[in-house]
Amino acid sequence: MTRLVIALVLLTALLMVASIVAGPAPFHAVQAVSDLIAGRPTLEALVLAELRLPRAVLGAAVGFSLGLTGAALQGLMRNPLADPGVVGVSGAAALGAVLAFYFGLTSAFALALPLGGLAGAGLATAFLLTLARRGAGTATLILAGVALNSLSGALTALALNLAPSPYAALEVVFWLMGSLSDRSQLHVAVALPFMIVGWGLVLATARAMDALTLGEDTAASLGFSLRRVRLLVVGGAAAAVGASVAVAGAIGFVGLVVPHLMRPLVGHRPGRLLLVSGLAGAALTLGADILVRLIPTRPELKLGVVTALIGAPFFLLLLRRIRVEAE
Amino acid sequence: MIVEACEITVRRGGADVVRGVSLTARPGEVLGVIGPNGAGKTSVLRALCGLDPLVSGQVTYGGRTAQEIGRSAFGRTLAYLAQGGRIHWPLRVAEVVALGRLPHGAAEADTAVARAMAAADVEGLRDRTVGTLSGGERARVLIARALAVEAPILLADEPVAALDPYHQLQVMELLRTGARTGTAVITVLHDLTLAARFCDRLILLKDGRALVQGPPSEVLQPDQMAHAYGVTVETGARDGEPFILPWRRCGVPRPLQETSL
Repeated sequence: MTRLVIALVLLTALLMVASIVAGPAPFHAVQAVSDLIAGRPTLEALVLAELRLPRAVLGAAVGFSLGLTGAALQGLMRNPLADPGVVGVSGAAALGAVLAFYFGLTSAFALALPLGGLAGAGLATAFLLTLARRGAGTATLILAGVALNSLSGALTALALNLAPSPYAALEVVFWLMGSLSDRSQLHVAVALPFMIVGWGLVLATARAMDALTLGEDTAASLGFSLRRVRLLVVGGAAAAVGASVAVAGAIGFVGLVVPHLMRPLVGHRPGRLLLVSGLAGAALTLGADILVRLIPTRPELKLGVVTALIGAPFFLLLLRRIRVEAE
Repeated sequence: MIVEACEITVRRGGADVVRGVSLTARPGEVLGVIGPNGAGKTSVLRALCGLDPLVSGQVTYGGRTAQEIGRSAFGRTLAYLAQGGRIHWPLRVAEVVALGRLPHGAAEADTAVARAMAAADVEGLRDRTVGTLSGGERARVLIARALAVEAPILLADEPVAALDPYHQLQVMELLRTGARTGTAVITVLHDLTLAARFCDRLILLKDGRALVQGPPSEVLQPDQMAHAYGVTVETGARDGEPFILPWRRCGVPRPLQETSL
């Protein structure tokens, strides 16, 4: 377990370095780092601080959020088909960002997009937490999430339908595909605090996740408050995933596939799976984002397209081998 | 630790499924909860476990309520074996049993886990994953999980359902062993002979109410059985231990025997 975590941390760190170095334009990373540390305002230092570093950090953070929350939601629901999308926050975040586009706020100031996404995620989270506080069961929460996702999808489609010009619609569609290109330190500053809070809340449920292996009643008899666990997981997932979608758009399949990949490596223990899935999610997302930049297409492939293209067939292969349930 | 329920009422779906039931379970004793389907047996057990809120009445454990004990300490006070318990991920047997140590800190294999596995006779299954177990093996693993809590109170909901006769006897002997070490054991049972042989006292429920409680010989009277279950019973004894067989439904004429030509 400890060895696995160390290996994944090293892999993630390595991929972050690779992510900083990788790119269509030649880039002297060593020179850039020494310039940045010495405070020399060279072009290299600027590219590193304003483009490459934020992209690598966001790649790791978004991937960690997706992997971690995917594992947590699968553990909470004891259902291997759950993914971060089921809480409905990703759809709401996308809608918030699309509305910011639609009303032209994005041309007024650059941060309107992620802030719109955060606002959408925040509203959806408030709704879900109100339900959870009132003692709604896990199934009710998830169904509410599915309904939220459908409503957000419909409203997003409506905004596209009523888009003032085809170019505006195209821009929205591209954004929805998910990408990490041209993200700045501002994006990191907007999203990372929410993600870190979300990670903390979700990771705090590791022991309860193990107890839930035996079902909700037995977990409760072992001294765990299910209402608290639901609040932590739903609230934490909403914060982390909402912030991810707000800055990077929708990146599919990472949250679904990564827990399945990691589960055999932790003896199927849902508590241990959390941190490990987060790290593997970070590595996978960084890897896919490097691939996006190495494949020479014009325009650049979108990250969400690549993760889905790799993820979906891979998941099908995985299903052949997975015994979905213990019984 | 003594468990005392005083006039508890539980409501579910707008109906009172438990109505003013009082009971006492003492350390070193096996208390059997019996009654027909829908009588409220599982509801009583869930209420004792604090899983469902009480409309009225109260349950105390060693004189204190669950709230006074506090949530995490309550997890160490009481072990609950759910009816037809499922194990949702293909963990190894030793890890499933170790989940019983969560209220004590981490779910790690320790001496309590070893004791529980020995008691439930699942040491040989240690490294198997739960998906490969038979129904009887899985039931014993879940019992070991409950024993691993080493709580002074053990609540078991139909622990012998779906087990063959050999494993039914094995599980009932396990509950008796638990009681001998000072645990207060409360178990829901359908099999009247197992109730008669392995329980110190019984509580007979019907329609959410307690009809009668006391030693098996008093509770398992033919008129009580006819009233509660609507069946006539045949009783007897072997090696000084009673057995009781449901024989015929009350008020239903004896079915015609098919005659072969």
